[in-house]
Amino acid sequence: MNPNHDHYPEGETLRQSLKKRYRSASLWQAIFFSALVIAMISLAALLYNVIDGAFGYVAFEYKNDPAEFTAKPLDDLNKQELLDILKANLSSGAYTKLDNEKLMKKRSKSVLYTLVLERLIQIDTKQNWSMTDSILHSSGIKTEVSEKYPKAKLEFRSWLTPVFLTTPMSSKAEFAGVRTAILGSLWMVGIAILFALPIGTGAAIYLQEYAIKNFLSRVIQTNINNLAGVPSIVYGMLGLAIFVRAFEPFTSGSMFGITDSNGRTILSAGLTMGVLVLPLIIINAQEAIKAVPDSLRQAAYGVGATRWQTIWHHVLPNALPGILTGSILAVSRAIGETAPLIVVGASTFISLDPDGPFSKFTALPIQIYQWTTRAQSEFHSIAASAIIVLLVLLLTLNATAVLIRNRVQRKY
Amino acid sequence: MKQENTILENKNFRPLDLKKKMRPGESVIQSLLFISGVLSVFITVAIVYELGKEALLFFNNPDVTLAKFFGTTRWQPGIGLFGIWPLVTSTLITSAIAIFVSLPLGLAASLFLSEYASPKARSALKPILEILAGIPTVVYGYFALLFMTPLLQKIFGEGVQVYNMASAGIVMGIMILPLISSMSEDALSAVPRVLREGAYAMGATKFETSLQVVLPAALSGIGAALIIGISRAVGETMIVAIAAGAGPNFTFDPFKAAETMTGHIARISGGDLSYNTIDYTSLFAVALMLFLVTLVLNLISQTIINRFRQRYE
Amino acid sequence: MQNTQIPEYAIETKNLFVFYGSFAAVSEVNLKIEKQKVTAIIGPSGCGKSTLLRAFNRMNDFVPSSYVTGEVLMRGQNIYGSNIDPVEVRRNIGMVFQKPNPFPKSIYENIAWGARINGFKGNMDELVEQSLRGAALWEEVKDLLKKNAYELSGGQQQRLCIARTIAIQPDIILMDEPASALDPISTLRIEELMQELKKNYTIIIVTHNMQQAARVSDYTAMMMLEKDGSRSGTVIEFSETKKIFTNPKDKRTEDYVTGRFG
Repeated sequence: MNPNHDHYPEGETLRQSLKKRYRSASLWQAIFFSALVIAMISLAALLYNVIDGAFGYVAFEYKNDPAEFTAKPLDDLNKQELLDILKANLSSGAYTKLDNEKLMKKRSKSVLYTLVLERLIQIDTKQNWSMTDSILHSSGIKTEVSEKYPKAKLEFRSWLTPVFLTTPMSSKAEFAGVRTAILGSLWMVGIAILFALPIGTGAAIYLQEYAIKNFLSRVIQTNINNLAGVPSIVYGMLGLAIFVRAFEPFTSGSMFGITDSNGRTILSAGLTMGVLVLPLIIINAQEAIKAVPDSLRQAAYGVGATRWQTIWHHVLPNALPGILTGSILAVSRAIGETAPLIVVGASTFISLDPDGPFSKFTALPIQIYQWTTRAQSEFHSIAASAIIVLLVLLLTLNATAVLIRNRVQRKY
Repeated sequence: MKQENTILENKNFRPLDLKKKMRPGESVIQSLLFISGVLSVFITVAIVYELGKEALLFFNNPDVTLAKFFGTTRWQPGIGLFGIWPLVTSTLITSAIAIFVSLPLGLAASLFLSEYASPKARSALKPILEILAGIPTVVYGYFALLFMTPLLQKIFGEGVQVYNMASAGIVMGIMILPLISSMSEDALSAVPRVLREGAYAMGATKFETSLQVVLPAALSGIGAALIIGISRAVGETMIVAIAAGAGPNFTFDPFKAAETMTGHIARISGGDLSYNTIDYTSLFAVALMLFLVTLVLNLISQTIINRFRQRYE
Repeated sequence: MQNTQIPEYAIETKNLFVFYGSFAAVSEVNLKIEKQKVTAIIGPSGCGKSTLLRAFNRMNDFVPSSYVTGEVLMRGQNIYGSNIDPVEVRRNIGMVFQKPNPFPKSIYENIAWGARINGFKGNMDELVEQSLRGAALWEEVKDLLKKNAYELSGGQQQRLCIARTIAIQPDIILMDEPASALDPISTLRIEELMQELKKNYTIIIVTHNMQQAARVSDYTAMMMLEKDGSRSGTVIEFSETKKIFTNPKDKRTEDYVTGRFG
């Protein structure tokens, strides 16, 4: 007999102790799971918080009575009538200016309607409420408004409208849109990818296919991993010192005869963002290239291909979906990044579409930042709307990436 | 096969020339690829050089002394106050809160995902973390200012200022949670199967195995995750720029407003900043500190991960 | 001129060593491979058969820290000479690998690609057909030329790899256990194919299957680890296959081919 045998529980004791062990196991399992529940709640709260801000009651007053301009109710006017009102009441200089920006006749009815409100009648927002408040305390809000602002109209509004997407910045929250910001973001990301994708892929090819495992390649690899962890604002400082300041003749366009600008241009921002996403692209492309099996390379060498023929005809085509997925992820990163743009000098008030790499610019996250930090709550509402636009954009991008990843089945 | 060999006739006696051919295209391409590879090193060099150059200008300013820099507690370079501490303490406090939130949550989530969740549950739960990881930080900033702060004010009352470090720290913790969770999960799943099987063979339950055998074995990997998490928190800008406060404030009260290093850089550089002023160079000094701290943290984490990987390979 | 001389052997190695770092994986190999014959390299696993085979078309170049001393002569030219282009070497010494590794392209493209990069100017359709015929695959795939090569069976894939190799018209075809991943019927077809191919090509095959070596080869090189315990492989006996299997000179060869080898 084993002398230690008596020290172990047996029978009923064993059963009890096992039961206890299992009970504590399921307790801990529940605790572990609760972490994920908290994550879920946080995500839900965040999305709710954003949507809550983007819709709700608004109490506003007309500065000028609509009756001064037209006998009909405003909503019943057709396009021509709106045009006539604008022509009749705006100063001829202001009208010509608008006409020059975009032909008035070509503008849609809703844009003209907005112009009438913005320029002629002029709106004064008194107060706005979140979606939850608007739904739960609807009657309370109505009485409050009728007491506090007897002349005000109360309206349930979606701050996120098609007009919001297509109008440029305005100092009034009611008339502000994200058009210039979206265009700025697209320009900036385009430049960043144009810069980072070829270089990043090239670096990945070099590291995976050419570099011998020596001191230099180890330094490069470690360096890339570290660059991926450098805070984005530090990239902003780099961009400020190099692209905005040192390369000013190039980034401002004065080298090319453009004079009305300093280094704080889309080009500087795009290059800064390109540098920021470069390590991301390299690391993803390396993984994609690594996944191409060696047998394929050997097959190509076996029929007398040179190294570059092997890479160009076999390695790259097979790594392409992975490289593409990586670039899309890099694009989403670049679209959401804010801090470096602040540092390289995004302007917050840009009402003209950017017309090239040497334009001053604003970007979607910059507008969100700017509007969030304003004190008036109507700006929080347009910040929320802009966030929805940004998140939808990112969701689309990531869905595309997932789609590409799933479409390409492993062939080998 | 005779009739077929019009093209594939026997080639054994054709001239054979194995000599090197000039392939200028190949060399040009290889050089271009090499340059791309080395460019990343230049980026690091440029960061160190540019930050270092301007920081040096800052410290060479006769008004700036190390005694003032490390010995005083007010920071406002424009009017000659050079005490770095308010920026450092608020950075540490927000980061500590973030880690306090994200480490237990991230670790628990990773334990559940890697040890308990069925493949089906995993594929349903993981996207939640991935979505959290993909949300831009400026959106988290909005969330901190307009959701978390009012919530804290409801719970803790008037003492919570509109801008405060607690709100920014907590939201930052939520932001970092996916990172810690996924890195910990990698560490847990890298623990070899034989180790688990050894524990099962001794009569351990699944829970005992995962907590007492797998978790300790993965501890260094989890440590690496923690360090990366700290580095991310220290370098995070938008959440603190929006929600923590707009002005250096030497305080240890998490419900008070205080500006972090990153928030300070964002606010000052967002204004009208002219080159060659003390404001300009001071920002680079702060950025250099930030870069060095995160660099050291990243290097430590990477070293740990490499060691960890070697041990189990 | 040296390279127009009629050579005596397809490949001749002189005092060939293959190193991985400081470790000699293969040492002191002196072989004279006959033209238009099948030469088998046999021996226990880990004795450097594949390493030696890959030394014949510089495939080992891709293994970091590997290098070769001694000479591998092909028609009087040392393929490890200082002014030799490994790409040219591989173009003249084709290779078929252990696992079928067609390109993830169409069957047609699998063959055409190698020809195209090597500057083939003739009728591509004809080349593809003849190569596939040469690999005894034409009848099976002539209507599937646009199909992806991965839709073929393993045996067909391997014959496609052979077709791809003969399309670039090498002098020599190296085969690294070409049938080890295949079923017996596919194996048989590959073996039959080798007999056809040796009319035009010199074939060197590595195999761990002694019966296969006995069936297909004219000459056999027996490899073993060196007795000195250095874990380095070398050729201990090389002669006609008949002799190796019926009347080996070396006791170790005899033990191995009769299955007495532990």
